[in-house]
Amino acid sequence: MKRSPTFLIGCVLVALVCAVAVVSLLWLPYDPSDTSGGRLVPPGGAHWLGTDKLGRDLLSRLMVGARIALTVGFGSVLVGGVLGVTAGLLAGFATRWLDDTISAVLDILIAFPTLLLAMLVVAVRQASLGSAVLAIGLAMSAIVARLTRVLVKRVLAQDYITASRTSGTSWPRVVTEHVLPNIWPTLLVNLALQLGLAVLAEASLSYLGLGPPPPNASWGRLLQEAQATVLTAPTGAIAPGVLLVVLVVGVNLVADGFRDLADPTRRRSR
Amino acid sequence: MSLLDVKDLTVRRADGRELVTGVSFTVGTGDRLGLIGESGSGKSLTALAVMGLLPAGMTAHGSAVLDGTEIVGARDGKLDGVRGRAAAVVFQEPLTALDPLMRVGHQLAEPLRRHQRLRGGPLRAAVMAALAEVRLDERVARAYPHEISGGQRQRVAIAMALACRPKLLIADEPTTALDVTVQAEVLTLLDGLVASRGMALLFISHDLAVVAGVTDRIVVLKEGVAVESGSVRDIVYEPRHAYTRSLVNSAWELEGELDRMAP
Repeated sequence: MKRSPTFLIGCVLVALVCAVAVVSLLWLPYDPSDTSGGRLVPPGGAHWLGTDKLGRDLLSRLMVGARIALTVGFGSVLVGGVLGVTAGLLAGFATRWLDDTISAVLDILIAFPTLLLAMLVVAVRQASLGSAVLAIGLAMSAIVARLTRVLVKRVLAQDYITASRTSGTSWPRVVTEHVLPNIWPTLLVNLALQLGLAVLAEASLSYLGLGPPPPNASWGRLLQEAQATVLTAPTGAIAPGVLLVVLVVGVNLVADGFRDLADPTRRRSR
Repeated sequence: MSLLDVKDLTVRRADGRELVTGVSFTVGTGDRLGLIGESGSGKSLTALAVMGLLPAGMTAHGSAVLDGTEIVGARDGKLDGVRGRAAAVVFQEPLTALDPLMRVGHQLAEPLRRHQRLRGGPLRAAVMAALAEVRLDERVARAYPHEISGGQRQRVAIAMALACRPKLLIADEPTTALDVTVQAEVLTLLDGLVASRGMALLFISHDLAVVAGVTDRIVVLKEGVAVESGSVRDIVYEPRHAYTRSLVNSAWELEGELDRMAP
């Protein structure tokens, strides 16, 4: 099977960030909260990417940040995926009134800005990694649920479902044999795209101080801390920004690749 | 007792409109009945009602007894055992009637596995035999539906229906979506298979010439009402209802057109 080059590039980019996160578990140049490096040391020598205004090693903090970005990304996709797909399947198969109820709840949830939802969650719990995952996952679940519902409805209206039923296939079997395999590719692509959005959402939450609290070195927080010194020490803002772009672009390219792999009608035409 | 006994079948939409009104007919073992009418006359709905698979929001009334089981008003789970075994359906549009993400062999294996309880090697052999029966190459088994032609797809759909070993085959405009030359091939194939297996056939079409070719008796539907029924011979030579006459006349006209062009 021929893979598209964009898919490979996406895989490489994501793997790069994953590798950084894994290495950060085993080895770091410095302790990310060690302030002995001297303030705003420029890149080079002992500190490859320099230090921040408190004298902490930027590379070490970036590496820890990769861990946070990936945890929030995959964590919220897990939360949003499980909640969203379940609700969507329920609404897709449900009779009229249950479908209407679920759809109404989803519409309200989608109309709610993610930030407001995050502030609510943070207000109820505390600003933490878990709160960020929960808030982003919750916001995501509404979008995933609505997509799942539409996909299920569309597949159920297809002739091959009726055809399969006329040959005596039971409902549960129709769902596992025909419905799930036919909605899965689109769902997977969407979840991959949501992963990229979740990473960005976490960066914004951290930037606003609603993410994991300091000294947690989330990329959004690094950006916010480097803001004041962006003209004198630009590396502090550029480095986390570049990593953020690398991860999100990588994830989106992988999502595109999934779509081509999962759909046999696209595979040939390439 | 006949295989399919439809009495006073009425199909209503949720808003109360009747799409099929008081249709009655019977199909005995080995019988061939044609259901003819223009699009929107309720032919396909009648077929779906007989299988207990009306679209959401529509309800059936009256009675349809298929192989001893009353379909109208029956619980859905109970009908899973009847569908396929008693009757199987071939639909009009073979592209949408096949799962686009499943290889042809796999789709064909599904009813074989369920109805004939085959697994592994014997199942594979049965899939190949089923393909050979509808004159398809073994390689088709590994193809996806979009990779084969319309005629091949319809053959696959026929093979899937036959895999259930039904007593009654319901063919809902099985050749309408096909090219005329392919149409003739598929009809001949269908005709031969129904004859060799001794199946009953309920053939639905808007094309009088096609229906007359494969069935013995005809029911004419117009706007959900059965306006006339009788043997193919009677319908073609002595149509009583005005609508049937217009159907027959237009069929003859087409025929005459061709005759005139003949050298």
